Amino acid sequence: MIRIEGLRKSFGARTVLDGVDLQVGQGESMCVIGQSGTGKSVLLKCILGLEAPDDGLILWQGRPLDRHARPRFLDSFGMLFQGAALFDSLPVWQNVGFRLRQRMSDQKARGIAIEKLARVGLGPEIADMMPAQLSGGMAKRAGLARAIADDSQVIFFDEPTTGLDPIRARRINGLIRGIVEETGATAITITHDMDSVRAIGDRVALLQDGSIAWQGAVADMDDAPPLAGFLGKETT
Amino acid sequence: MNAVRLSGRATLRGLRGVGAVALFTLRGLFHLRPFRPRLLAAQIFQIGWLSLPVVALTALFTGAALALQIHSGGARFQASDVVPAIVAIGMVRELGPVLGGLMVAARVASSIAAEIGTMKVTEQIDALVTLSTDPIGWLVTPRLWAAMLTVPVLVGVGDIIGIMGGWLVGTQSLGFNSAAYLANSWAYLESWDVISGLIKGAAFGLIVAVSGCWYGMASGRGAEGVGRATKSAVVAAAVGILAANFILTGLFFE
Repeated sequence: MIRIEGLRKSFGARTVLDGVDLQVGQGESMCVIGQSGTGKSVLLKCILGLEAPDDGLILWQGRPLDRHARPRFLDSFGMLFQGAALFDSLPVWQNVGFRLRQRMSDQKARGIAIEKLARVGLGPEIADMMPAQLSGGMAKRAGLARAIADDSQVIFFDEPTTGLDPIRARRINGLIRGIVEETGATAITITHDMDSVRAIGDRVALLQDGSIAWQGAVADMDDAPPLAGFLGKETT
Repeated sequence: MNAVRLSGRATLRGLRGVGAVALFTLRGLFHLRPFRPRLLAAQIFQIGWLSLPVVALTALFTGAALALQIHSGGARFQASDVVPAIVAIGMVRELGPVLGGLMVAARVASSIAAEIGTMKVTEQIDALVTLSTDPIGWLVTPRLWAAMLTVPVLVGVGDIIGIMGGWLVGTQSLGFNSAAYLANSWAYLESWDVISGLIKGAAFGLIVAVSGCWYGMASGRGAEGVGRATKSAVVAAAVGILAANFILTGLFFE
């Protein structure tokens, strides 16, 4: 469904992505791991069109994801940001129903937003609260509700457990896995949390020195030599 | 040779910057679809209504001080009687728009830059993109139009309050007759004086909003980046207003 071929991106003299090749199939949950500063977020931004790649191709449903195809891609896309990125000036339900409000009445959008909040374990009393009133875990779940509000076919999760304690992190991982299975959405998760990878992913790709150093099934990652150091770092 | 190259580079960089700001302004002004009346109304409230107290107070004290200055200066050549007319013309043509614009710059350019800058560093602008919403249409367009529409109104209100400040000082401390003061204020005032001031207000409103939005969108990472964006927005807006005032005054009255 999403194929990346020879993606390159530099900032000045610093090459961040140096020929990334990656394929994520329909309904598959792919985790991209790598240490901080290896270009995971830049890869994500290139797919979203927030950064222009220097070279390479990004294909969605077999067609290049250029400025003509990107609006259609974004219409079927949801994303959970690392810090949730809820809009400070809007109450929670308007954040969740942001896209819905552009094509339906506020009343209907609010109803769907409250349903999605319930799906991520947040009650209707949260709907009228402002993002600043939410805890980190609640904001993350509200962000997740926004990502799935429009029944997205593709969902990106950027460091979904960063900043959460282990209990909340496990809860978020469980929610993400449940939602991905339930909706059949294609998911790409950027993380360096191996517990997230095990909980969320079908496949995993290691981004190292600007390219994919290894990719395979999550079940195989414990035996993959390129991941040994990475796993070791995570477990110490 | 090196100096020529350096100055050439600096000129090109400056021109590139001016071009980028001009394109940003045009995109902001004409990104009207979908039209978002709720966002525009919210910004009119933020920029216009909430700036009213500071603009009114500035105008009141400026008009009052101007009356005292003209009275004492005019006394040197027996021209103290011109106080009402000079206060009115001075407020409407020059001080109302410029001081009103500067006060709005201090209050609004900083708040726009801080708000958009914070949205940028917390990925809220990226989130807008992922929700199929152009940040220019969502964030910039309503602020540009709201500032262009409300600052002339603030200038108009400030003009009236400034003249009334002069009237207050004139009648209470300089011995002017109330009716005569007001009659003299309007007698020498031409409609172009008022219209030119309001046009200046619209231009200054645009400068304030563009400065806030531009520096907010270009904000660097973290609190330091947002702080720098806020400071740059206020400085750029203030200098832009003073420069634009000089150019517009030349165009309107020379």
